[in-house]
Amino acid sequence: MYFAKEVLESSSRMRQRWEDEVKKLVSKWPDQKPEAQWSTVSDLPIKRLYTPEDIKDMDFERDIGYPGQYPYLRGNQVTGYRGKYWTFRMFSGMGDAATTNARWHLLLKEGQTGLSTAFDFPTLMGYDTDSPKARGECGKCGVAIDTLEDFLVLTKGIPLDKITTSMTINPPATALWAMYCAAAELQGIPLTKIGGTIQNDMLKEFIAQKTLMCPPEPSVKLISDTVEFGTLKVPKWNTISISGYHIREAGSTAVQELAFTLRDGMEYVEDVIRRKKLDVDAFAPRLSFFFNSHIDFFEEICKMRAARRIWAKAMKERYKAKDERSWWMRFHTQTAGCSLTAQQPYNNVVRTATEALAAVLGGTQSLHTNSLDEVWCLPSDFAVQIALRTQQLIAEETGAANTIDPLAGSYFVEALTNEMEKQAWEYIHKIDDMGGMVAAIEKGFPQLEISDAAYKFQRQIDAGEKIMVGVNKYVSQEKESIPFLEIDDRIETEQIERLNAVRRKRDGKAVKKCLDDLKQACKKGENVMPYCIEAVKALCSVQEICDVYREVYGEYRDPGLY
Amino acid sequence: MAERKLRVMVAKPGLDGHDRGARVLARCFRDAGYEVIYTGCHQTPEQIVSAVIQEDVDLLGLSCLSGAHRYLYPAVTKLMKEKGIDDVTVIGGGIIPDQDFQLMYDAGLKAIFTPGTTLESIINWINTNVKPRN
Repeated sequence: MYFAKEVLESSSRMRQRWEDEVKKLVSKWPDQKPEAQWSTVSDLPIKRLYTPEDIKDMDFERDIGYPGQYPYLRGNQVTGYRGKYWTFRMFSGMGDAATTNARWHLLLKEGQTGLSTAFDFPTLMGYDTDSPKARGECGKCGVAIDTLEDFLVLTKGIPLDKITTSMTINPPATALWAMYCAAAELQGIPLTKIGGTIQNDMLKEFIAQKTLMCPPEPSVKLISDTVEFGTLKVPKWNTISISGYHIREAGSTAVQELAFTLRDGMEYVEDVIRRKKLDVDAFAPRLSFFFNSHIDFFEEICKMRAARRIWAKAMKERYKAKDERSWWMRFHTQTAGCSLTAQQPYNNVVRTATEALAAVLGGTQSLHTNSLDEVWCLPSDFAVQIALRTQQLIAEETGAANTIDPLAGSYFVEALTNEMEKQAWEYIHKIDDMGGMVAAIEKGFPQLEISDAAYKFQRQIDAGEKIMVGVNKYVSQEKESIPFLEIDDRIETEQIERLNAVRRKRDGKAVKKCLDDLKQACKKGENVMPYCIEAVKALCSVQEICDVYREVYGEYRDPGLY
Repeated sequence: MAERKLRVMVAKPGLDGHDRGARVLARCFRDAGYEVIYTGCHQTPEQIVSAVIQEDVDLLGLSCLSGAHRYLYPAVTKLMKEKGIDDVTVIGGGIIPDQDFQLMYDAGLKAIFTPGTTLESIINWINTNVKPRN
C-alpha cells in the first residue's frame, strides 16, 4: 500500500469536512459550468480534488519505481535530461529537394539537433510527380522526391554519420530508406554508422493518416522486412515509429491514441516473432513511438507516462522479452496541429509552448514544435524559428529539465495515469478479442471509434461546451493576417523536367533488371530491402518501386468509413 | 407528396489524407436528414464526376487540405461542365487562403468553408441555397 493506514484515515476524515464545505459554498455560488464540462479535452471526467485515497492501491515498487527501472513510468533514462536534452527535431520539407536542404541547414545553424523530413503527397503515396494522380500536389505538403538524384540534393552537406534523420514515410518506406542507405554509401559511410527513423507504420495509415498503397497484410510484411534488415545491417536505425500522432489528429481521444498505437506496436511485434527469424530481444529495442501532445496539459503528461508502463508490461509479460531495452518505450512527440486555430494565429505560439512543456514533463526523447502559421501553410522561416526557440527556451530557461518526472507522486497525475492505462488495456483486450489490429481495421473498428470522437468534439465546440479561444469564445471581428509561405505551382513543372532528365540518362536495362528482381523477391516472399537498394542506385523512381508492390500485393483503397 | 431528401456527396479529391473534416461533415449531413455519399480519400476528378452522375446528387462538397485545391477544385467543375452537369451545387472546404477565394468562385464553386466554421452554419447555408432537384 502506498500510504500508511493512519494517513488514509485522516485523509478520509478531512475529505468529509472539505466535501461538506464544498456543498455549502456551491449552493450559494454555483460552479461556472456543469460537472461534465470539467473534463479533459477527450472528455475524461476530472474531479475537483484528488487525495491520497485516489492512489491508495498503488504499490511504489510495482507501479512507480525509479527512472531506468521497470516499469519505466518515470522514464527510460537513468540521468533524465541532465545528460542530454530531448532531440530538437523539426519536421520540415517543402517544394523541391534544394529548398528543403536550405531549410535543414537553416535549422541546424539555429541549434536543431536532429532532422525530420516531410514529403509531399505524391512521394508519400508512392507516385512520381508526373503521375496524373499527382497533379497539383508537388511540393505542397512537403518535399518532392522521385529518384536518388533528388535525395542526394536533399542530403547535400549533411553529415549522415553525425546527425540522425527521421523520415515520415509509410507505404514507400523501403524505397526512401534505401535511398538514405545509398546516399550514406556515396558519402563513404557504412550502414552501421547511420542513425535515424523511418515512420513505416502502416496500421495507423489505415486507421487515420490514409497514405495508402497495399492491403494491411502485405503492408505488415514489408514492415517486418525492414525490421529484419535493420536489425542485421543497420543496427542504429529505428525501422518503425509506431505513431499515435495521426490517430489523434484524425479526432481520437487521448485514450484511443494510447490504446490503438500500442496495439499497433503489439501487432508488429507479433508479426516479426511469427516469422521466426529474430528473437524478440534482437529487434524490440529498435522499435520507437510517436505521440501527439494536445492542449490538455495533464492528460498528455499522464498519457505518456502510462504509455511507458503499458509497453514495458506488454514486452515483459506478453512477449517475454528479457533485455530491459526491449521494455523501453522511446518516443518522439509533436505538438497538436489540430489544436491550432486559423483565427488569431499568434495565439498558436502559446498553445504550442504549453503542449511542448507537457511533452517534456511526460519525458519525450525528441520533439517537434508546430509553427504558428501551420493551420494555413507550411511554416515560414520566421514562424519556424519561434517554434524551435520554444523548445530551446523550455530546455534552457524554465527549469523543466532539472529533475526527472517532476509530477510523479501527485495524487491527480498518478490517478489519471492509472485511469488512462486501465481504459487503454480495455481497448487493447477488445482488439485482441477481434483477432488483432489487422482484423479490427478490416472491421472498421478503430476508424469508427475515432469518427465518433471527432464528431462529438465538433458538436461540443459548436455548442460552446468545449472552448477554442478565438473560434467560439473571445472572437475578434478583425482578421489578423500573417505572412504566408507559398509553394509556387511552377515547382511541379521543374520537378517533372528533372525526373525526365534522370529517365533519359539512366541505364534502362539496369532499371528493368532491378525492378524484375524486386518483383521476384516480392513473389517469393524474400526480404525486399537489398533489392530496393539496388533499384534506387540504378535510379528507379519511387513510383516504379511502388508499382511493383501494387502489382504483386494489390492496391488498397480507402473504404470511406465515417 | 413530401419533398424528397437532399442527396449530398462529400468528396476528397487528390492524394490528401486529411479527412477529419470530411468525415465529420458526412455525419453531420446524415444527422441533418440528407442522403449522404462519402467517397473516401484519393479520388481523381474523373472518379468524382462519374460518381456525381451515378449517384444523382444535388450537392457536391469538396474537401482538400493539401494546397492542391487550386488545381483540383477547378478540375472537377470543368469536367462537370464538359459532361453537361449544370444543376449540381458545388461547395468547397479545407485550407483555402483568402487570396484563392476568387479563383474558386470563378471555377463555379458557390461557397467556401474554412477552418472554424460551425456545422450549423454550413447546414443553414445548404438549406437556404440548395433544393432537391426535380
